[in-house]
Amino acid sequence: MIEVFFILAYAIIVAAFVRSKTHLRLHTRLEVLLLASAALAVGLYALTQRMTQGLGATTHLSDSFPWGIWISVDLCGIALASGGFILAGIVHLFRVHRLEPILRPTVLTAFIAYQLVAAILVLDLGRPLRFWHPLVMWQHHSVMFEITLCLALYTVVLALEFSPVLFEYLGFHRAVEALQKMTLPVVMAGVILSTLHQSSFGSLFLIVPQKLSPYWYTPILPILFLLSAVCAGLGVALLECVLFERAAGGERLDAGIVPMLARWTSRALMLYVIVRLTDLLVRGSWRAVFQHPWLDASLAVEIIAGSLLPALWLGRIAKRNAHQAAAAAVTVLGGVVWHRLNVSWFGLIPASGVFYVPSWLEIAITLALVMIGILVFIAAAQLLPVFPRR
Amino acid sequence: MTRRTFLRHSTVGALGACAVCAGVADGSIAASAATDATRIGTLVDVTRCIGCRACVRACNQRNGLPQPEKPSTVWNGPVEELNFGRWTTVNLQGTPANGAAVPVKRQCMHCLEPACVSVCPVAALQQLPNGVVMYRKERCIGCRYCMFACPFGIPKFEWEASLDPEIGKCQFCAQHAVFTGPACAQACPTGALKFGSRQALLAEAKARIHVRPERYRDHVYGEHEAGGTAWLYLSSRSFSDLGFNTQLPRFGLPRLTWVALKLVPGVVIALVIVLTSVSFRMGRLAQQAAVHDRT
Repeated sequence: MIEVFFILAYAIIVAAFVRSKTHLRLHTRLEVLLLASAALAVGLYALTQRMTQGLGATTHLSDSFPWGIWISVDLCGIALASGGFILAGIVHLFRVHRLEPILRPTVLTAFIAYQLVAAILVLDLGRPLRFWHPLVMWQHHSVMFEITLCLALYTVVLALEFSPVLFEYLGFHRAVEALQKMTLPVVMAGVILSTLHQSSFGSLFLIVPQKLSPYWYTPILPILFLLSAVCAGLGVALLECVLFERAAGGERLDAGIVPMLARWTSRALMLYVIVRLTDLLVRGSWRAVFQHPWLDASLAVEIIAGSLLPALWLGRIAKRNAHQAAAAAVTVLGGVVWHRLNVSWFGLIPASGVFYVPSWLEIAITLALVMIGILVFIAAAQLLPVFPRR
Repeated sequence: MTRRTFLRHSTVGALGACAVCAGVADGSIAASAATDATRIGTLVDVTRCIGCRACVRACNQRNGLPQPEKPSTVWNGPVEELNFGRWTTVNLQGTPANGAAVPVKRQCMHCLEPACVSVCPVAALQQLPNGVVMYRKERCIGCRYCMFACPFGIPKFEWEASLDPEIGKCQFCAQHAVFTGPACAQACPTGALKFGSRQALLAEAKARIHVRPERYRDHVYGEHEAGGTAWLYLSSRSFSDLGFNTQLPRFGLPRLTWVALKLVPGVVIALVIVLTSVSFRMGRLAQQAAVHDRT
């Protein structure tokens, strides 16, 4: 499925580029296309290697460190994709219709990100062709099973949420109307499924109290993951505001939107930081200080630069300054990503006895997939009524 | 009621609903047919092991695993780590400061509440009524969550296979049609390995400690570790000195995940109620505001 998307997207972008530069809304430059082509070519080679040589020959995973960067990237990607359910919930359930202009690009981002997360999860499987087994062989004590089920169902929800855009483009007005009648239950299902699997990505690590550093192992990992996903989702919504202003050809967003989103993000982040720090104190995690100085540094970066700083910064953005808000939003995303890297990678290193660093093939495949995501987004933004027409 | 006060009320309501659901949800762990009476086990008396590795050779033979080129003992052979093709090993363990190193056998502990069984999304790992943790390769998708979750680092992956890798681990020899106990215990020449009912073996282990307190530490490793294991160890040396993890919780690890996972039905019900009422209420408020604007 993702390959079909990609080939279509690539064809559309190249065609649009060749025809006329003025049609491009997101200022796609030739250099971007060349860079993307290079990344994709290397990624395709890496993918072929992984499929023919196996995980042992192409990754740096081992019996001591069985999960690597692909799982970490999935955890980060799923957080960045949470904007879809948060914004859909805010607009349709809480009826904050002011935010409607950025709903379509956010849902599109989420849809693409979920496809990529699913693709990486399948690639990471030893037996990718059996990816459907969990959907048939239920094991309800497994977090992994719950996540697989939620991902599959939520992808359908996202497709339903985004399909009106496609049908609008194709001129199927009846289908658009039919889908609009289903909006409320679909959005509600999306919020419920997201709450479940966003937190469950944290629950994945509850089973390893003896392997994960006390800085990151806590029984409230699912709550932390849900909260940080909300922060990341709001941060992505802020970024979509900037994209909107660039892509919508002069049309401006309502002046109150950026400060409102900035305020919400700041509050969500404050709540997250308070819960995180309280948990660290209550569990007495300071006893782990100085055992592994580089882990201390990693924790400090995560909390100070990734959470406290953007929370204070966003709280001060009172005026409509989309670019400053976007910079702060990037810091928020960085903080969430850093927390998840700590949980799924750095915090596991001391107990594992090996220092896992991904192989270049693992990185190449990841970069190629991210590039595919960006290209599909650009193509959809060119072609479909994602942003208002000029 | 304004939008703000409604939000405040609905938040309180949502938290209340979650709390009620959390209280109602039942805390039971994966129910296996295994009971104390049906569980089998093996007692490893480290003090009786001479490090001949006869158990390893028997294991390789019975399970069709590759034999090392030269038959070795711990005294003349290299260190042999567990891997996909070696389900049990015997290696010299112990820090020199605490005396001469002693041979210690390692293999799957067959936990009473196995983390691997609880995390497997496709039930490729299952607990038999006799307590054996069995791997069913035809279900396995290769996600490696069992390896990640195992507190003893036992499941090993077939890293060389390109599209059809499997997990390798001790099956207690219970995958064979006729099961008369593990090959390793039958091959042991010194009685360091004894196969039987776990209950009886635990009693015997305690009796041995009681009769010869100068020979054994007062600790049966596997009685409580990670909620208890089918394989039990006796030793004269402290288990942490022999490379065993003595920091494991005394309860089954699956409980840690189930605490969160059991809330799923409650969270779904609570969210359906809260989101429906939020949506309905907010729709009404929006309508009223529209009417108000018009007049």
